[in-house]
Amino acid sequence: MSDQLLTSLAIFTLAILVGFEVISKVPTTLHTPLMSGANSIHGIVLVGAMIIAAEANNPFGYLLAFIAMVFGAMNVVGGYVVTDRMLQMFRKKPTAAKAGTEGATDAPGA
Amino acid sequence: MSQQWIYTIVYIAWLAGAACFVLGLHRMNSPATARDGNRLSAAGMAVAVIATLIYLISREGGMSGIALAIIVVGFAIGGGGGLYTARSVKMTAMPQLVSLFNAVGGGAAALVAIEDFIRRNDSGTAALDTTVFVVLGALIGSVTFTGSLIAGGKLQGLIAGKSIHVPGGQFVTIGIAAVAVLGTAALILGSAGAVAIPSGATLGLLALVVLAGLIFGVTMVLPIGGADMPVVISLLNSLTGTAAAMAGFVLGNPVLIIAGALVGAAGAILTKLMADAMNRSIMNIMIGGFGGGDDAIDAIAGAGGSVREIGADDVAIQLAYAQHVIIVPGYGLAVAQAQHAVRELGELLESRGVDVKYAIHPVAGRMPGHMNVLLAEANVPYPQLKEMEEINPEFDRCDVALVIGANDVTNPAARRPGSPVSGMPILDVDHAKSIVVIKRSMGRGYAGIDNELYSDPKTGMLFADAKDGLAALTAAVKAL
Repeated sequence: MSDQLLTSLAIFTLAILVGFEVISKVPTTLHTPLMSGANSIHGIVLVGAMIIAAEANNPFGYLLAFIAMVFGAMNVVGGYVVTDRMLQMFRKKPTAAKAGTEGATDAPGA
Repeated sequence: MSQQWIYTIVYIAWLAGAACFVLGLHRMNSPATARDGNRLSAAGMAVAVIATLIYLISREGGMSGIALAIIVVGFAIGGGGGLYTARSVKMTAMPQLVSLFNAVGGGAAALVAIEDFIRRNDSGTAALDTTVFVVLGALIGSVTFTGSLIAGGKLQGLIAGKSIHVPGGQFVTIGIAAVAVLGTAALILGSAGAVAIPSGATLGLLALVVLAGLIFGVTMVLPIGGADMPVVISLLNSLTGTAAAMAGFVLGNPVLIIAGALVGAAGAILTKLMADAMNRSIMNIMIGGFGGGDDAIDAIAGAGGSVREIGADDVAIQLAYAQHVIIVPGYGLAVAQAQHAVRELGELLESRGVDVKYAIHPVAGRMPGHMNVLLAEANVPYPQLKEMEEINPEFDRCDVALVIGANDVTNPAARRPGSPVSGMPILDVDHAKSIVVIKRSMGRGYAGIDNELYSDPKTGMLFADAKDGLAALTAAVKAL
């Protein structure tokens, strides 16, 4: 195996371990936004689509690259926007001790 | 600046993007910093994409006009479509949108791998180092593409949510999987020179592997019931991350490898947490397990004889004169899109001095945390949402527990061995002084068993759609 491949394998292994550590601490409440956020991150395949668009050298290659660009861009842009919409709803912080009264006064009619 | 310098700077920008993904995910640990975390991750993505564009334009030979057009037009169409759907989708339809975004991500990873494979094959530069990852990326990407589309279609109701069993379907699935594995093995061995594959047959083999992957995605997800879709989407999300990492190996690109591996790990952890919360193994779910979610809604009343039916006016009186009320929202509330109706009732009761809390089971709704999102969208104050461990002791002091479209997560049978739900953590709804269940019918939950809670003498059943039932309750409380 080439040096580059061995280096890539090392990066891959360490990134998996980092992923486990970072993610196992997320509370249940945030699992859906987390899933959506992780979903946006694999939109990084867009970078791959850009590279093959530049490498492609025949009409079929161009077609594949174009579809990959559309798919990747949709994954990235849509993913981040929908995650942001979800997280916007958690703006009220549950940390403060007086959070209960804050929440109650926010509600009209309370 | 020399080529080497530019590439160095681009490489560092890729690493910076990857670091933003890690830090962004870390900040999603807490509701207070989650939004910043997601934006940091988005900023990392922007840096990585812009750096890639600079690299492609500045490298020797530059970039052809057609390549630039593909990148710009493709980004505009895909990004515009994604932006529009993400902004306009209703929050209740959000799980299937995530599934759709996951599908296109998997599709993009497969296409990147396929294009790379064809180009190397044409130029005769295919090597074992890259072939392994190219074929795996194409295969995994194909599976997640169709699998996620089917999962999203089930959640959207385009495909029947119930478990669909094709006669001999398992053999078809196993057969397809065998074709995919054998094709992959042949391609890898071929590139290693261990077996001789005629040069014309290589592309045909790749097409076979991709086709088998696409069919496998369909046959794998079709037999799984709608209620299990969150776990399936999470698993597919993890696989798409892995496919992106495979594409990263092929292109020798660090940001693809790091981001893909991160998502692969995230999806795997999340999938296990979701399955654990339902006391099921991932294997059990993937094999089709028991039943299909939406069946519950279609089932006909009359399963249990000794239940007590109760009218909206009686429930309104109980609620209005209670001190502590705990609302238990479930799958039925999400299906009926009744989150605004429940918030209205909750506020009305609060204004009468009733203490209202919401008990959120880890798997309530369609995804873990989905119920929190729906209720937060309806402006239910965040501090009123209580997680299972926190709320369970409070049921003993609770005057009325109002269960809306939740079933298996309230079934006391889970505390005894020998039932399909045994061992599943449940909400101690039966400890409340009085229990009211809003439900469309006596249909069963996806576990397919009767809920003993309903025949409890303390329980009154209000048979209605969650939204209509809540509207009737609100009107009745107002009339008091």
